[in-house]
Amino acid sequence: MAEVSTPPPPSSHPPHTPTKQGLAGFWEKVRESPVWRSMFRHGYADTPRNRILQVSSNVFLHLHPSKLPRHAVRVRFTWCAGGVTFLFYLILVVTGVILMFYYRPTGEYAYQDMKYLQFDVPFGMIMRNMHRWSAHAMVITVWIHMFRVFMTGSYKPPREFNWIIGVNLLVFTLLLSFTGYLLPWDQLSIWAVTVGTNMARATPLLGHEGPFADIVGVNARYDARSILTAGRLVGSATLLRFYVLHCIFIPIVASVLMIVHFWRIRKDGGISGPL
Amino acid sequence: MAEATTHTMSAAGAAAAAAEPAAAAKVETKTGGKVEKKLATDNVQVPNRIHTWPYLVRLEFICGLIIMIITTIWSITIDAPLEEPANPNRTPNPSKAPWYFLGLQEMLVYFDPWMAGVVLPSLIIVGLMVIPYIDINPKGNGYYTWQERKFAVSMFLFGFLVLWISLIFLGTFVRGPGWYLFWPGQYWDTHKTVALTNVDLPYQLGFRDITAQFVVGAILVLGYYPGLAVAGWAAFRKRPFFQKLGQVRYHILAMLFLLMFSLVFKVILRLAFNTKYIWTIPQFNLNF
Repeated sequence: MAEVSTPPPPSSHPPHTPTKQGLAGFWEKVRESPVWRSMFRHGYADTPRNRILQVSSNVFLHLHPSKLPRHAVRVRFTWCAGGVTFLFYLILVVTGVILMFYYRPTGEYAYQDMKYLQFDVPFGMIMRNMHRWSAHAMVITVWIHMFRVFMTGSYKPPREFNWIIGVNLLVFTLLLSFTGYLLPWDQLSIWAVTVGTNMARATPLLGHEGPFADIVGVNARYDARSILTAGRLVGSATLLRFYVLHCIFIPIVASVLMIVHFWRIRKDGGISGPL
Repeated sequence: MAEATTHTMSAAGAAAAAAEPAAAAKVETKTGGKVEKKLATDNVQVPNRIHTWPYLVRLEFICGLIIMIITTIWSITIDAPLEEPANPNRTPNPSKAPWYFLGLQEMLVYFDPWMAGVVLPSLIIVGLMVIPYIDINPKGNGYYTWQERKFAVSMFLFGFLVLWISLIFLGTFVRGPGWYLFWPGQYWDTHKTVALTNVDLPYQLGFRDITAQFVVGAILVLGYYPGLAVAGWAAFRKRPFFQKLGQVRYHILAMLFLLMFSLVFKVILRLAFNTKYIWTIPQFNLNF
């Protein structure tokens, strides 16, 4: 072996000499190809540099810092509640989009399409079940997340504003679930939404059964409730209104708030912990 | 291991990897109170910060996998409910809101709809949002503690577990047809009627004159709020804690505190003494 080796040619992709045979050699060749290396900027050897690049050069993982305090991975500290809530949101987006292919939000077709989904659409029933149960689960996990964050005092400075964003996300989770409750258009949904929106009748000043209604002059056709239900009763117009709120408006608002929520965790100094 | 390092690992990276003590690298993967105590007694130096890849990413992966498996099996075995088609002419008895709003529906028993359905839910949301600004205790930031923040934790546990969760439980399992109380498992008799004997508190106290009832109701309601809040400030404002809290934060805290316990008082008055309202102003459809 010569002590002095010639320096490699000045190229960003030096020629590669395969060291392995068969399938392993082919796999090595793929990973050394210019195409693969244009996509992935790091290797897979377990080195500190690669560990950091795995996170920082990946658009999905770079939400995370490349290093964390040790207690951040303790399940007894975090309960994984926030992450699980986000996972349920992703499940709901995927199953919800699939359901939208088969569902028409009109009084005439909505219930028929539910039956169609349950009995005729391949995997329709399990998509509907997953959507329904994940929605209930998300309401529960978002409460558990709030409970954990309160118990660890994680709303204290400098994270006060992120707690406010979180409370807004809690409200939008409930609104998402409530607007989705009407869409099956069965007895359960129409009457649950009737009971839920009836409360808006009693809004002070703006509801026709509320205090000071006579002074303001609101009536059953034009008050706080009729804005929600698009009419005096929960009907076909309400269904369309709730459908648009459920599938377009609230998911967009909630997604924007989630971006702010996750971003603020990093900006406010990462996960909370004892100082 | 060496084969993949040809172009990915710099000399600096290699040096850093070599410099990392073997013992610390080994225990880096382990977390938990017991492990940390052992490390402290063994005097092993471990880095305070660990790599996200793989320690957090693998935890997220395993956690996500478990949730996905549970959700899939749950959805295969239990079908989502679908009742008969919507019929505006057939009201089911009882008609219940979605389960997570049943605490609010249950509050309708104790408060007028404008309070139970609009004002109280809004104030719950606002009250949650102002928590970071009225809790000025710097302790307990980032760890579980009961000793260092007894008041905050007990208020939250009372509001969340005792009031919110138990009212949802009550509305879901104990309320039946006509919104009457039925024990879980008891037959839901749709013909059950209970004579409506609810009367207002001033009447129960013996005031028969309508003006006297109005005045007594006003004294009771306004004496509770803002009366007690103002009296509380006057009595305790010299104390160091109240000085530090300040008048604005104190009054927000006092309002939320008194409002939360007004629900407790109304539940007791309604269930034990059949009290309907404390103060009514029928001219404005305003009842407390």
